[in-house]
Parts: sequence; C-alpha cells; structure tokens
Amino acid sequence: MSKQFELSVDRMTCDGRGLCAELLPELIRLDDWGYPILTPGPIPEHLIPLAQRAVEDCPVLAIAMRRTQHKK
Amino acid sequence: MMTRLLGTADAMSPLPKVGSEIIEAIERSRLVGRGGAGFPVATKWRAVAQRSRGDAVIVVNGAEGEPQSKKDRVLMSERPHLVLDGAFIAARVLRARAVILYIGERHDAARNAMLRALSARPESERRLVTTSAAPARYVAGAEAAAVHFLNEGIATPTNVPPYPFERGVGAAPTLVQNVETLAHIASLARTGQAPQTTLVTLAGAVKRPGVLEVEAHATIGDSVLRAGGAIEAPRAILVGGYFGSWVEPEHAWNLPLDADSLRRHGLGLGCGVIGVLPASRCPVCDTAGIMRYLAGESSAQCGPCFFGLRALADACTRVAERGTNPEDIKRLQRWAGEVRGRGACRHPDGAVMFLSSSLHVFAQEFAAHRAHNMSRSA
Ligand SMILES: Cc1cc2nc3c(=O)[nH]c(=O)nc-3n(C[C@H](O)[C@H](O)[C@H](O)COP(=O)(O)O)c2cc1C
Ligand code: SF4
Repeated sequence: MSKQFELSVDRMTCDGRGLCAELLPELIRLDDWGYPILTPGPIPEHLIPLAQRAVEDCPVLAIAMRRTQHKK
Repeated sequence: MMTRLLGTADAMSPLPKVGSEIIEAIERSRLVGRGGAGFPVATKWRAVAQRSRGDAVIVVNGAEGEPQSKKDRVLMSERPHLVLDGAFIAARVLRARAVILYIGERHDAARNAMLRALSARPESERRLVTTSAAPARYVAGAEAAAVHFLNEGIATPTNVPPYPFERGVGAAPTLVQNVETLAHIASLARTGQAPQTTLVTLAGAVKRPGVLEVEAHATIGDSVLRAGGAIEAPRAILVGGYFGSWVEPEHAWNLPLDADSLRRHGLGLGCGVIGVLPASRCPVCDTAGIMRYLAGESSAQCGPCFFGLRALADACTRVAERGTNPEDIKRLQRWAGEVRGRGACRHPDGAVMFLSSSLHVFAQEFAAHRAHNMSRSA
C-alpha cells in the first residue's frame, strides 16, 4: 500500500470557470459546456505541484485533492 | 406459506416483538430497496443502528415521482397498516425518535388511507409520526432531496457525504426507505419468510395497465401476460422506468424479474415500471419526449446535469423533428458517455443510461429517422 492523491470536483460548487483545465490539461479537460472532466485514478507524482495549484487557484474552490489508499 | 402484499386484508395487529436480530434475517433474505436504487436493506439498517442514540429518524418514502409508476400509491392505499408496521419495526430496531410519512403531494388517496390507518394505531406509535407532502418533482423522491426538504423546505439533492444515515433530518442518523421495502420488512418480521414477490407497474401497450404483484422468478413475459398481454406487437420493453433500459421484446420476454438475474444482463428493476412500446409508435420521438422531461427535472445545481441533459434532449428533438443527421447521433453518443457520473446525485446517470439503451436498441430508427411534423401522424 502506498499513499496517493486523487482529484475530485464539487459538482454543485463548480460553475465552469475552466481555470483548472488551463493549469492541468494533462488531467483535466472541459466538456462542451465548460465543466471539467477529470482523469480518474491517482495523480502522477510529477503533476502533484500543478494539481495543488489547480486546487488553490480555482476561484470557487471546487477542486479538491484527496489522499487515497491504492493497493500496489 | 406464501405471503403477499396486495389482495390480502389489511389489518392492524400488535407489532411482532422483533429486535436487532431482524437485521440478520433481512440480510439472509437479500432484500434490496424497491425505490429504484436497489441498495441492500441490511447494510443501510446497520449503518443507522450503529449511529443511533435513540435519536434516529425514519423517513417513509412514498414520494413516487416516477411518472409511470403507481405501485407505491396502490400499496399505501391497499395496505397502509403493513407499510406502517414496517416503519414502526424500523423505529423500534433502530431506536428512532420520529417517523415521517413523506408522501407525494398529489397522491391524495394514498395519503388519506395512510392517515386513516394511522389514526387506528396505538398512541405510543402515533406520537412518533409527522407527515409531509413531497413536491411533485422527479428528484424530490431522492434520498438527499427528501432530507433537504424536511430540514429546509427545499426538495433538491445535496452533496453527499454526509449521507442521510450519517447526518439526516435534524442532523440525526436517518433511514430513508421506500414504502414497498418497508412492507416487505413487515411481512418478513411477521412470517419469518423472505419476500417472494415484487410489485411492478405495467404501462404502455398492454390490455390492462396497472400494478401487479409478481413472483420474483416470474419473467417479464409472464407479467405482460398477466396484464392481459400486449395489445399489438411490441417494438421494445422498458425495464425499470425512466432510469431503466429498453430491451428487445424477444430478449425481455424470458428474463426473470429478480434482481440477480436482471443484473447479470446489465439491467435493474429500478422502480418496477415495465413499459411496453408498441411497434406503431416512433421510438425516437418517445425517447425525445422522455429526455425532455428528465432534462426539465434536473435541479439545475450541477453544470453537467443541467446543460448536458438539456443538450441531449435538444439533440434528440432535432432528430425527431428534422430527421437524422450524423452529427447529432455522434454528439448523443459522446455526451451520453461524458455526462455519466458527473452530478451530485444519480439523476444524470439514470437519464443517460436510459438514453444509451435507446441509442442501442433503436439504432436503426435513430440512423434513419425522417422529419416528423408536430402532429405526429402515424
Ligand atoms: C432522481 C431520483 C428520484 C428518486 N425518486 C424516488 C421516489 O420517488 N421514491 C422512492 O422510494 N425512491 C426514490 N429514489 C430513490 C431514493 O434515493 C432512495 O434510494 C430510496 O428511497 C431508498 O429506499 P429503498 O432503499 O427502500 O429503495 C430516487 C432517486 C433518485 C436519484
Ligand atoms: S445531478 Fe442534477 S438533479 Fe442531481 S443535484 Fe445535480 S443538478 Fe440536481
């Protein structure tokens, strides 16, 4: 077991500003209405700093990074 | 002995003296919720039992917001005592301080029957009960929406967690349970027998549309025959209502209605609606109508649900009214996949599950639909 991080979005809070997809296009794209589609699964190590920024810079604080347990 | 929900006299008798061992009996019976989600009942009861300090709340879900479903109303009208038995057994076992009857605001006969039955119950039971009229909207029957309405008067879903069993009505651990599920629990407690029947609503092109109680191993074909049979050759059968799936009639006919068999075919009984679509109706136009309805029932709190379902309904309507164009078919496929799982509740998931089954079963009709004028001449 190793500790890993996963992205999530609060669907009610999110109002489709789209900043997260600009900061982290590797893991977040926008649907046709401007709402984020997240790549499921653990965040690759090297993207964690960018994911952190997406979490912090979302104007409505809808993005979260959660610790998850993943079996190796 | 075969126990039945309908067609038996509804009488009040003292509650059987059951304790928490009923949870094991429920688990052995493998009873799953009949409100649509098919969640294992024993798991939910344990979650509430663990957290209750004599303050739990039981919400009796008789909202029945599914337009084609009638089984909850018929059950409340015909067997109100059985439903109340289930609710008071839950209250005793889960140490609840309140029982709330959450009944659809337009379901007058059902509510009157429940209130009449309640007035005959002993004071020790009656004093637990309050009633509440569920707004006549599709999402009002969803668990979190019921709790939101009872707490704040707004019948829209909220974010979960916290789930109602963690923090529900008045912040107390709350059991939200469908009325049919409660009736099954009551007959299990009385007879020691696992429920062997299920309630379904037969809708569409059958001779006698309405509610039937069928044995769990009965097939969809059996239930259509019991409703007098199809009035003309069916084009498809909708299993599970608006959150369900269309199935080809020949495939549906021999499918048993029990949850395990249906699951093996990627299906679910949902709220128990079995809808027969006759070959003379246009499945594209019907799909468009149902998608329009579901889009309008979004609580508009989550972007992908609000915009996505509306765009899907618009694309279906374009195909229906102006005829097939390949771009819309591609969009429908893509959006149906993208919208899934992206709402705070399962409303968008149910809607796109229904739509995906339409696109699959009616692939030919969608691929070659000609413009229909609004009068929809046959
Ligand atoms: C959009 C939506 C609408 C629902 N409407 C109803 C309803 O009208 N009646 C009902 O019993 N359950 C309804 N449900 C299911 C409830 O959320 C919940 O699962 C159920 O009441 C729990 O009881 P059960 O486990 O006995 O089925 C709905 C769910 C969703 C997502
Ligand atoms: S997913 Fe749709 S229906 Fe459910 S809470 Fe969000 S907007 Fe409302």
